[in-house]
Amino acid sequence: MGLVLLCVIWLITFVSTYFFVAKTWWLPTGASAAAAAIDHQFAITFVLMGIVFIAAQLALGLFAWQYRDTGSGKGASYSHGNTRLEIIWTTLTAILFIGLNLAGGPIWARERFQPAQEDATRVEVTGMQFAWYFRYPGPDGKFGVTKPELVDPSTGGEGALGLDPADPASKDDVVTGIMEVPVNRQVEVILRAHDVIHSFFVPNMRFKQDAVPGLAIHMHFTPTETGDYEIACAELCGLGHYKMHGMLKVVSQDDFDKWLAAREAEKQ
Amino acid sequence: MASFTPTVPMAPPRTSRDDRGRVPPVDGGGGGGREPGSGSPNYRTRLRRARLGLGVALVPILMLFVSFTSAYIVRRGLPTLDPSTNQLVHDWLPVQLPTLLFLLNTCVLVVSSLTLELARRQLQREAALEPVQSMGVSLGQERKIPWLAITIVLGFCFLAGQWMAWQTLQLQGFYVATAPSSSFIYLLTGCHALHLFGGILALLAAGVATLLHRPLDSRRIVVDVAAWYWHFMALLWIYILALLEVAR
Amino acid sequence: MVAQESHEHAAPQGFIRKYVFSLDHKVIGLQYYFLALTAVFVGMVLSLLMRIHLVWPSATLPLFGDIKPETYLSLVTMHGTIMVFFVLTTAPQGGFGNYFLPIQIGAPDMAFPVLNMLSFWTTFVAFLVMVAAFFVVGGAPLHGWTGYAPLSALPSAGPGEGLGADLWITSIALFCVASLMGALNFLTTTLDLRARGMSMMRMPLTCWSWFITAILGLLAFGVLLSAGILLLMDRNLGTSFYVPLGTVNGQLTGHRGGSPLLWQHLFWFFGHPEVYIAILPGMGVASQVLSTFSRKPIFGYKAMVYAMLAIGLLGFMVWGHHMFMSGMSPYSAFAFSIMTMAIGVPSAIKTFNWLGTLHRGRIQFDSPMLFAIGFVSLFVSGGLSGPFLAQPTLDIPLHDTAFVPAHFHLIMGVAAIFGIFAATYYWFPKMFGRMMNERLGRIHFLFTLIGTYCIFMPMHYLGLAGQPRRYSQLTEVAYLHHLIPLNRFITYAAIITVTAQLVFLFNLFWSMFKGPKASDNPWRATTLEWTTATPPPHDNFAGRTPVVNHGPYEYSVPGAPRDYIMQTDPATVAAH
Repeated sequence: MGLVLLCVIWLITFVSTYFFVAKTWWLPTGASAAAAAIDHQFAITFVLMGIVFIAAQLALGLFAWQYRDTGSGKGASYSHGNTRLEIIWTTLTAILFIGLNLAGGPIWARERFQPAQEDATRVEVTGMQFAWYFRYPGPDGKFGVTKPELVDPSTGGEGALGLDPADPASKDDVVTGIMEVPVNRQVEVILRAHDVIHSFFVPNMRFKQDAVPGLAIHMHFTPTETGDYEIACAELCGLGHYKMHGMLKVVSQDDFDKWLAAREAEKQ
Repeated sequence: MASFTPTVPMAPPRTSRDDRGRVPPVDGGGGGGREPGSGSPNYRTRLRRARLGLGVALVPILMLFVSFTSAYIVRRGLPTLDPSTNQLVHDWLPVQLPTLLFLLNTCVLVVSSLTLELARRQLQREAALEPVQSMGVSLGQERKIPWLAITIVLGFCFLAGQWMAWQTLQLQGFYVATAPSSSFIYLLTGCHALHLFGGILALLAAGVATLLHRPLDSRRIVVDVAAWYWHFMALLWIYILALLEVAR
Repeated sequence: MVAQESHEHAAPQGFIRKYVFSLDHKVIGLQYYFLALTAVFVGMVLSLLMRIHLVWPSATLPLFGDIKPETYLSLVTMHGTIMVFFVLTTAPQGGFGNYFLPIQIGAPDMAFPVLNMLSFWTTFVAFLVMVAAFFVVGGAPLHGWTGYAPLSALPSAGPGEGLGADLWITSIALFCVASLMGALNFLTTTLDLRARGMSMMRMPLTCWSWFITAILGLLAFGVLLSAGILLLMDRNLGTSFYVPLGTVNGQLTGHRGGSPLLWQHLFWFFGHPEVYIAILPGMGVASQVLSTFSRKPIFGYKAMVYAMLAIGLLGFMVWGHHMFMSGMSPYSAFAFSIMTMAIGVPSAIKTFNWLGTLHRGRIQFDSPMLFAIGFVSLFVSGGLSGPFLAQPTLDIPLHDTAFVPAHFHLIMGVAAIFGIFAATYYWFPKMFGRMMNERLGRIHFLFTLIGTYCIFMPMHYLGLAGQPRRYSQLTEVAYLHHLIPLNRFITYAAIITVTAQLVFLFNLFWSMFKGPKASDNPWRATTLEWTTATPPPHDNFAGRTPVVNHGPYEYSVPGAPRDYIMQTDPATVAAH
């Protein structure tokens, strides 16, 4: 049975490791400024944890076989432990784990501690059961007032957000069902939700943030590749959670300007 | 109440304090009591165990109110998003508390703590005198003040007073859902009242046990544990009142 | 007064007193165990339905019919809730802890037998209330076992969020009360009822694990209860603890000013210690079994104790790592992540020590040992995905993807279950007086080990690829389509693995009646339960009080006549 254990444990270890190393199913291509740093931190963690994983599993399998009772009468070695060894591996583990965490600290700080830049493209992202709406502030640069009592999803964009027509700042707000942003420029998203918690998740941007009712959460990311990227809701929000998806289109600055101008013109 | 009559094994187990060499009794626990104070070692073991159990039980009750407190403090300071202005605003509405009534109730509760202490000591004296009285010696018609019953009545008075406080709040227009501040008032006072009522039930059980002439030792343990619980409830109430007044 | 007090409750007569409303911790332990066994089969069926629907969304199942998206989500919710509460918090602690804590410390029963009985029956009622949620109008809730508000606070937010959600909360509240009663008993018993010579540092590690688990429960369940009370108030009394101003489907909810994050803080303050409650007893059992079947003392007993204490303590300081993406302050997120990485250290120590126990041992591969070794493997696998999720930077792509269930299932859903299996195979002879079948045990072990790895290892890959959690089907989001074949593989693995559990079930019940009779100490083990008769008499030690002279794991002591010294053996060998 010792041999069976060794073979089973080693086989499981090798097969799992193979699929990780071969990246058969892997993180989608990163297309944002943060992706490289995040992926790098991921790679370091992955390699270090991978080494520990392989070493521990191989040792487990090996010991199970090597120290099996062979009936030869040789007894187990009586020992209550080894304090020096305990101290050594405790210290090493602590250095490894805490070091890893500190290494990732600057990335987190860059993404989350600092507010968006002044010239970022501002988009308000609102989640509601079961769709994403995107709002651009328009030429006046101000988001108009929204009121919950004015919310009426059946009338489309403005109605779904409860945009208050009485507020002059609302008149030029552009509401769309697709999020379009220019490449290589920081995007500031202001995340809101109407009913329950949703989560704005764009895998290629390495971006995720919960949209919480009662809060307006300011975040930022910088797309670096043009393309169409799917948005998935990543917080259970009800029966339509699985189909609450959207689309992020990253285009050139020119294309974005043209597109936005056309949308703003429709508002006149 | 059966849950306060813990298991007594044939030879009372000693704790680790004894593994430095004290000899355990060979059989039974009846004759081994050399500790000062009244009661056989069996009683002292049961009392210690019951008190330990109570001490442990008070921890989650404390955690419940700690949890409510932290929710209270955070909510009180929490700004909320006003969508019409897109600004964060504070919407905490302080409630006019019926302070005088609350203080009166506090006095009632503190007095009931005292009367329960008297009841506890009364039982202690009764236990000390029991061997004498069982020999037939009469110590005269001792006028026994029914401290336990008085405590129960005071407990009900407190609950009635809390009910009146709720009525006062409602007259002002503060119901459970009127404002977050009022929600917390009902929550804190209501949960406290519920726990106090549990204490009253324990005292009623002790009272019934007296009327049914249950063993004195068991009654003593019930009253002792209930007394500590009661004192804790009194302190908890004072804390809740202080929180509501100071952090209004 | 009688000079010699007999055991407070004499052996009961009559079926009801003996098997239904028993005060005997052994009967109560078995009651908890069989409740958990029922719950785990319900939970497994729910998970099979989930997995089948996920990969074949339009399938019509026999008996269950079509599974709508909301039904899928209520399956998810009830699966998680039933497994976490009624299996993982019930079997290891309420089941084995109740049965064996008193015996292992040399006591005739728990400190408060009536309370013990009450805590079981309250748990039982809680289970009935939970299951009832399936059968009311609207069905079971769909908000996940984590019950985030406002989804869980608004009846209009989805089917099942009406009466079903109220029943769910009520069941959990009852469970909280039952657990607190149990924790009370465990703590008082461990502190006050140990036999002479049984110092804290001579207790088996199982007793330590139950003790620390009880402390965690004592501190955590009160907070969950408070969260549930506030949720019930929001749902039924119109308060707004958790619900801010907003609309559902264009209708104002009538609430204002509440904070959804408040629920998350309260829930996870409980929720994180809860997962340690789920795993600590399994760690205790693993230590016990590894030592017994390696014929070696546990490597580093003191370190094992301190590690469990550290895990317990740190477990209260890490709850925010569930909330990195929640909108919580990024500064506190960083603080929580440092604490979370710190908690990985004592877990690593324990793993090293388990390996150290096997090293230079004389290993015997009886069924309990197979599951203990499996436990270590699964703990390593599940534990090492933790450092990914513990870093907020890496949590950005991984939070709420399949990577998270991969992590916690390997640890809770498999390793902790292997702890329960190891305990079952180990203590079955003592509880039922018969041996389980070894061959069936091996088949069960191999199918389950390989099967569960086939289910949960691939989930890591799915998570990396960005598959979100709690999606009832993968057809609507384009980038998920290519993940469907791997999901199918997982579903097949799940079907096979669940079916293999029938082998265990058969072995369990067959052996209870037809297994070969067991001796008092078939494993030649050292702890107190093996010094008494099989099964133990009503007061555990037939009127004798054990006196303890040795530590719990004195195997292969040089110069000793046998390769094990029982804890009550005379103190001829140098005490440890």
